[in-house]
Amino acid sequence: MNAGCHDAGGADATLTEAPRIALVGAPNSGKTSVFNGLTGLRAKTGNYPGVTVSRFVGTARTGRHRHMVEDLPGTYSLEPISPDEQITVDVLDGRLEGADRPDALLVVVDATTLRRSLGFVAQVLARGLPTCVVVTFTDELARRQGRLGVDALAQALGVPVLPVVGHRGVGIAQLREQLTTWRTWQAPAVPPPTQPGERDAWADSVLAFAGYRPPERHRMTQHVDAVLLHPVWGTAVFFTVMVLFFQTVFTLAAPLQGWVESLGGWLSGQVDAHVGNPWLSGLLGDALIGGVGGVLVFVPQIVLLFLLLALLEGVGYMARAAFLMDRVMARFGLEGRAFVALLSSFACAIPGIMATRTLPSARDRLATMMAAPLMACSARLPVYVLLIGLLVDPSAGVGPFGAQGLVMFGLYLLGAVSAMPAAWVFKRLGDRHGQAMPFFMELPPYRLPAPRAVLVAMWSSARAFLRKCTTVIVATSVVLWLLLNLPLHTDAQLRAAGVDASDSVAVSAYSVDHSYAAGLGRLVAPVFDPLGFDWRINVGVLSAQGARETFVATLGQVAAAEDPDQPAQALASMTYSDGPRAGEVVFTAPTIAALLVYFVYALQCMATVAVLRRETGTWRWPTIAFTYLTVLAWLMAYLARTATVLLGG
Amino acid sequence: MSGTDGVFEEANGRGTTVVDAPPRSLADLAPGTAVVVIAVVDDGEPAVVRRLHDLGFTPGAVVEVVRRAPLREPVLYRVRDYEVCLRRAQAECVHVTEAER
Repeated sequence: MNAGCHDAGGADATLTEAPRIALVGAPNSGKTSVFNGLTGLRAKTGNYPGVTVSRFVGTARTGRHRHMVEDLPGTYSLEPISPDEQITVDVLDGRLEGADRPDALLVVVDATTLRRSLGFVAQVLARGLPTCVVVTFTDELARRQGRLGVDALAQALGVPVLPVVGHRGVGIAQLREQLTTWRTWQAPAVPPPTQPGERDAWADSVLAFAGYRPPERHRMTQHVDAVLLHPVWGTAVFFTVMVLFFQTVFTLAAPLQGWVESLGGWLSGQVDAHVGNPWLSGLLGDALIGGVGGVLVFVPQIVLLFLLLALLEGVGYMARAAFLMDRVMARFGLEGRAFVALLSSFACAIPGIMATRTLPSARDRLATMMAAPLMACSARLPVYVLLIGLLVDPSAGVGPFGAQGLVMFGLYLLGAVSAMPAAWVFKRLGDRHGQAMPFFMELPPYRLPAPRAVLVAMWSSARAFLRKCTTVIVATSVVLWLLLNLPLHTDAQLRAAGVDASDSVAVSAYSVDHSYAAGLGRLVAPVFDPLGFDWRINVGVLSAQGARETFVATLGQVAAAEDPDQPAQALASMTYSDGPRAGEVVFTAPTIAALLVYFVYALQCMATVAVLRRETGTWRWPTIAFTYLTVLAWLMAYLARTATVLLGG
Repeated sequence: MSGTDGVFEEANGRGTTVVDAPPRSLADLAPGTAVVVIAVVDDGEPAVVRRLHDLGFTPGAVVEVVRRAPLREPVLYRVRDYEVCLRRAQAECVHVTEAER
């Protein structure tokens, strides 16, 4: 999950004059840790030209020297089988147009898996670029009674070797210093053999010369795996982890959310008190604070969600989950890594879709991408929280678990369970004579994740979310505010309609109900009537088409406009203003259930559509995804409403 | 766990010594078994052989079967000081012989 959500800026063009150093290495080798150490938080994310593999470029500064450091996708081999690995090889060979060949290479190898990694080092050295080898996890090697003579290794390889403990920052300063001397790095005069047999002999002799003693087995990993990969306990732990995950997101973030809410309340008080112009105060108070502020409240939960995902990934549990789930995924024609991509989609479908690049099979990739939007992303979280709050009493509970958290878990489960058959269908549709690609997956030892990497993941998620709030959601909120407040009604019109012009609550209720937005909501009413949505929900659903969170902003605005003093109460007591249900409460259990289920399925995210377009190269797949998910959303919402009515809700 | 060619009905780590038998593959072994790779064979996909080599499954490498996933596949192997899991289709490409211990 190192792809930033919604990040799609270009690589830094001003750095093209600085020497280009590329980082290559296997996944789990600590490469990203080294990259973060060298470049700090200034890394830029973008895409490789013409392809859609995200590119991480940053600057390492040493005194007045500047180096452009590029983190290439992790690979076990320079014989590529996945799109990611293809990029790494193309960049190394200077075959990727628009991405210059690096001037020098840093090969990152994990000291504890050196016997395997040297084969990769041999392949890299054979490329003939100036190379420096970075050995990571040397602390772990020592802890596990292994040994490695770094200087002797440098001598045997014929290139500089530096030990680095990336997550502690040990050796980073020396590495930065080393970068300034990249011109003196030599590719070895005689490149090591790359044929497997000779390569093994070469690796053995290098390791013998370096006095390498492989580490003992990681005891803790063995013990923990005996439980976590156990047929019964492993499965039980898996589900417990998932439930706790959502409980934590709910309970831990609640107080933080309260603070953000009271900040918003204070701000709108200030607006009321100090802004005289009713239009300006309405725009600030309703559209910005009521609308966008309502979404900003979810920053703590979203950051926490990304934090937990980064932790699960960082300690190595994600790979275990993929191991446990591989057979299940195989049933749907996919593999364990597709499960990880889908799990990442819990944060956001975009990194999830990007994570499918690790899948070697194009068909698997497509099937996973088409299913990824079904995984409950963080944008759904605000919507779920708002609606569950209206549906379930916060004090209700089942055993130790809060009922709200359980409903939330159920919604996440529904999305996940639906994603599987969806993937299966798409796999079957195109896979009539597909070649099965090899499946392999490393299970790294359990490790404490680098705090820095976790912080980077949190920060980039928060930043992407804030960016979305300040662009798409602000724009939609302002447009909606105008639609909700126009046309203007004269006193004469109000009198004619029987509204007391001096009663501000009655006036605003009348204005909202006769606004352009109401007209729009009523226009689509025939579509949504069977689901029990009134025009206000329709407007919310329409406004959420670009980004799901906007739904919360819209309802916040509608509520604030209807009853400026108690917007929280306004939603719960909102009634249908016309039609056969006029006067009845809108947010009844069947309506909320339908609405929740609609959000489980619908593809209401323009960023996801755009990424699908980028990743598949045509409009065909995003169109198919949008259509099938919207139709499915309506059908499932109708089912949910009917079922809830039957259950007496 | 039936052998691919009917010779190894039950390979449980002790293994009967069969002379002149077809080579056994990693897929035929029970957890706890340690073996030596003899060859990685092509099943029509040279890329698979290359990748298995690059993952450390080269002739002479010692491989230990660590555990099966709860649903029997994939199987976790320990090779060259790290752990990697393979599905049956890939494991069948790796021909092995009993480790000399």
